[in-house]
Amino acid sequence: MVDNKGLVGSVRFVEYLVPRVQRLGIYLALVVFAAYYLMPLFVMLTTSLKSLDEIRTGSFISLPRDIDFSSWKIAWSEACTGVKCNGLKPYMLNSFLIAIPAVAISTMVGALNGYTLSHWKFKGANLIFGMMLFGCFVPFQVILLPMAIVLGKLGVAGSISGLVLVHVVYGLGFTTLFFRNYFVTVSNEITRAAKIDGAGFFRIFYSIFLPLSAPIFVVTIIWQFTQIWNDFLFGVSFSQAGTQPVTVALNNIVNSTTGVKQYNVDMAAAILAALPTLLVYILAGKYFIRGLTAGAVKG
Amino acid sequence: MFTRFEKQIPKIVLAPSFSAVLIFVYAFMAWTVYIAFTKSTIMPMYKLNGVLQFGRLSRSPRWETAIENLFIFGILFIAISTVLGLLLAILLDQRIRSEGALRSIFLYPMALSFIVTGTAWKWILNPGTGIEAFVRSWGFSSFKFDWLVNPDFAIYTIVIAGVWQSAGFVMALFLAGLRSVNQEIIYAAMVDGISTRRIYTKIILPSMAPVFMSAVIVLSHLAIKSFDLVVALTGGGPGYQTDLPATFMYAMAFSRGDLGQAAASATVMLMTVVAIIVPYLYSELRSKNG
Repeated sequence: MVDNKGLVGSVRFVEYLVPRVQRLGIYLALVVFAAYYLMPLFVMLTTSLKSLDEIRTGSFISLPRDIDFSSWKIAWSEACTGVKCNGLKPYMLNSFLIAIPAVAISTMVGALNGYTLSHWKFKGANLIFGMMLFGCFVPFQVILLPMAIVLGKLGVAGSISGLVLVHVVYGLGFTTLFFRNYFVTVSNEITRAAKIDGAGFFRIFYSIFLPLSAPIFVVTIIWQFTQIWNDFLFGVSFSQAGTQPVTVALNNIVNSTTGVKQYNVDMAAAILAALPTLLVYILAGKYFIRGLTAGAVKG
Repeated sequence: MFTRFEKQIPKIVLAPSFSAVLIFVYAFMAWTVYIAFTKSTIMPMYKLNGVLQFGRLSRSPRWETAIENLFIFGILFIAISTVLGLLLAILLDQRIRSEGALRSIFLYPMALSFIVTGTAWKWILNPGTGIEAFVRSWGFSSFKFDWLVNPDFAIYTIVIAGVWQSAGFVMALFLAGLRSVNQEIIYAAMVDGISTRRIYTKIILPSMAPVFMSAVIVLSHLAIKSFDLVVALTGGGPGYQTDLPATFMYAMAFSRGDLGQAAASATVMLMTVVAIIVPYLYSELRSKNG
């Protein structure tokens, strides 16, 4: 009897233990992966707060001994990108000057396009949508050369407005796709009833579609802003000294070979350049992720 | 008159966007492909010259390296990102506490430019400042981790960073897929005493074939377009050992002044993307409309 009880007891013990060990394993694995994911951010932050001496003597994962914000100041207004030493500030401004109009225009046009392609279909509308969709996938290398020539012909080569144009044109496919896929779920009956009541194209858009499209506007604006802010290829191809977006300036700071390598300034500059999109992600990550998955499962 | 005009409004609204796409996507594409068949160097030339540029490309050791790298990088990047993304999704799907926070952690690299995060990766992978120096400072003075500057291994550092950047995205795709699997079938299987492992391998994973498909398509598209990754981590070096087609094309176009080679390499990239994307888009659009 006693032995029997003991056996039952140990079986219970195993039943108790196994799932808990499994749970522990799952959490442990997740924590390890999370650490791997956070490491670059952690290294950037801690290194930016260290002095150069401490960087030389300490290891890359140690915490800073004294927190020192001076490299942030240098990165903001003194670091050198090539020959100029104005820090990242003017280039942050450039990125905003590029991103804000480009996001506004591509989003508004995308909304109208999406509305048209979902509720005012005409012959060939599907073909147009397919062609715009394919435009999202084209490797941009294939358009770099003619774009450079056309920007020159238009007189906007190397200018902020040139970059706005580029980002609007290559953002349209995505914004149209987002709005089209969102509006497609609105019942056709509503549009039909409104048409019978005599409402026209724009009236229906303003009174029916705009009021219910706040979420998709948020998704699209966040998506476009992140894409344009993070762009490097267009920035490096179509800008010149003074009009570079922040990613290009950051790359120049990090790769500048003159003087002593100031790793702390590099890291501070990287964080500054990341701050706008990082903030958007922290505040509205849900919408960013929605855009990400909507962009992947297209059609 | 008015109603006829009304009828045209949808077309008028779409016209500017459609013309922009026609010019900036399709005409530009055609121009580049055309230039790939000319003798253009610094300036574009419009006299056709056969497949000369593609011949030059095939004899170029730098292009050969770029293509080899694309294969190594592409295969490893797609395979590891898919497996890691699936693993993360399965782990997160076990009714985890603070799932939201973990999901945000795995996805934040997608919200940042790799020019930014590459600054940190470069420092971590640099033998003088990062992991190698750290392990050596613990007394293992012969420890070596110099992939970043080792011509034979530098491409693998691009894989490490690329996977770090994209696996979270694959996780998001799979997580959405896992959440849409019919729960009743799983409960029924559990009631029948089928092991969790078999439920995953026989029921859940097979039902996610379309998600695998999207993930692979999107990842291969990302791999072909990869540019920031290389620029930020290695700048294509040592030498041109970590060149990918995208960086090769950029070098030819903007630093070598060899428009013919730039156009030819861009054309090869375009063809690769078309071969992957067009069947996918076609089947997606057809299944949605039909």
